[in-house]
Amino acid sequence: MGILIGVLEQGLIYGIMALGVYITYKILDFPDLTTDGSFPAGAAITAVLLTKGINPYLSLLISFISGMVIGALTGIIHVKFKVRDLLSGIIMMTALYSINLRIAGKANVPLFSQNTVFDNSFVNSIFPQSLVLYKTVIIALILTLITKFILDAYLNTKSGFLLRAVGNNETLVTTLAKDTGLVKILGLAIANGLVAMSGSIMCQQQRFFDISMGTGTVVIGLANVIIGTNVFKNVSAVKATTAVLFGAVVYKACVAFAISRGLSATDMKFITAFLFLVILVITMDRKKKVKKNA
Amino acid sequence: MLELKNIDKYYNVGTVNEMCLFNDFNFTVNDGEFVSVVGSNGSGKTSMLNLICGSTYVDGGQIIMNGEDITNKKEFLRYNDIGRVYQNPSMGTCPDMTILENMALADNKAKSYGLSLGINKKRIEYYKEQLSTLNLGLEDKLHIKVGVLSGGQRQAMALLMATMTDIKFLILDEHTAALDPKTADLIMKITDDVVREKHLTTVMVTHNLRYAVEYGSRLIMMNQGHIVMDKGGDEKANLNVDDILDVFNKISIECGN
Repeated sequence: MGILIGVLEQGLIYGIMALGVYITYKILDFPDLTTDGSFPAGAAITAVLLTKGINPYLSLLISFISGMVIGALTGIIHVKFKVRDLLSGIIMMTALYSINLRIAGKANVPLFSQNTVFDNSFVNSIFPQSLVLYKTVIIALILTLITKFILDAYLNTKSGFLLRAVGNNETLVTTLAKDTGLVKILGLAIANGLVAMSGSIMCQQQRFFDISMGTGTVVIGLANVIIGTNVFKNVSAVKATTAVLFGAVVYKACVAFAISRGLSATDMKFITAFLFLVILVITMDRKKKVKKNA
Repeated sequence: MLELKNIDKYYNVGTVNEMCLFNDFNFTVNDGEFVSVVGSNGSGKTSMLNLICGSTYVDGGQIIMNGEDITNKKEFLRYNDIGRVYQNPSMGTCPDMTILENMALADNKAKSYGLSLGINKKRIEYYKEQLSTLNLGLEDKLHIKVGVLSGGQRQAMALLMATMTDIKFLILDEHTAALDPKTADLIMKITDDVVREKHLTTVMVTHNLRYAVEYGSRLIMMNQGHIVMDKGGDEKANLNVDDILDVFNKISIECGN
């Protein structure tokens, strides 16, 4: 039971990050490595804000906005300076490593008694004793669902339509008299905003910031997106955003299973990479063999 | 009115393949004209369209649209007044979005794409009406993705989407070339209707000499960056395919093709 709750908690929190990766990878067709830097950036900012006694919910918003700035910078490097998409992400990811250290002041910041979104006087007063065990998972679920519904609503606005169109057919957006570059920058900003907010929530759930917590984030996010979108490929009733959240939880369960089979927590990144490879190979579109005499 | 004045355009500048496509090229399209452009491959037809739309920029000369010098205007800004349909049917629509979403997207062209709802429910009837003019039954399939439609259906939608808003110029870049003859006829018919109805100033590049003769008010033939034939009015009305073919062959022999 404890493992299940842990899987749900972390899966849902990573799910918000996966929604961001969904925007870049699936909608914009942009493999955005900035994710590895913006996730810990959200966490670093949050660690500092919480130690200073800032309201934890406000820290979510500040993390989101900071992530948007980071994403917009990646976009500007790509669109205005014409640097290739992968390289733009790598540049930002590398730079953010130092910047995150600057923000946090050191490589590891523990949060002891500070209020978090999961643990503050308001939350503690409304949760009855019987539900205390599920407090974190319920709050994670609420935060994730709110984010998902806002994103769904956004994707149905005119601006959201344009974002989807850019990934689909850039030429069309140009003929609609819109600057495709600006739309891409906006998309990257929203995506990294979500990633940084996810990092902020993760920091509050784990009660620490660690400089290495971002390594492999993009791989986890991609795995989540690919699992989710492939499982529900032929089910049009399930929205892609729901599928991505489902993928995030399933992925976390796979990792938990691997660890429960005897792999240690230090093998985590290996498991992450290996699982991603397996998922890529399984979901790859392969041409069906043509029978000779068919 | 659209004027190309003293246009120079070079390709592969600074390499051994440097080539001058246009040298002091002049071309004027008057308001309400429907110009068919024919010519062999490499004669500069599509390059001319790209220069008009801003997909590439000129190396010399001026492009003037309705009195405004747009020579250095960005491509996307020029499309405020221009609608363009490409040869490839998939260029004019979003395959992963539904027919309704595509229509709504095109309907909002040149306006701001803000945070209001993407689909204005009041416009759905209008979209259906527009789609029904195509006679392809698309008005009953509003919620299916455009990606599953056939090339002809997609091209019909692309044409509709390109001409939905208040544009002044229509640029057609071999827009029937990838379609079967029957669908191509249908698309040409729809094109002609929409051009007449909206009084669009149109430039159509085509390899189909029959369309070039049958449709439009003026016909030009291009060869190696020059206009070698320019017929309008009665002269154009009396043209037939064989006349153009004769000129075409004569040029080819001169060029040694």
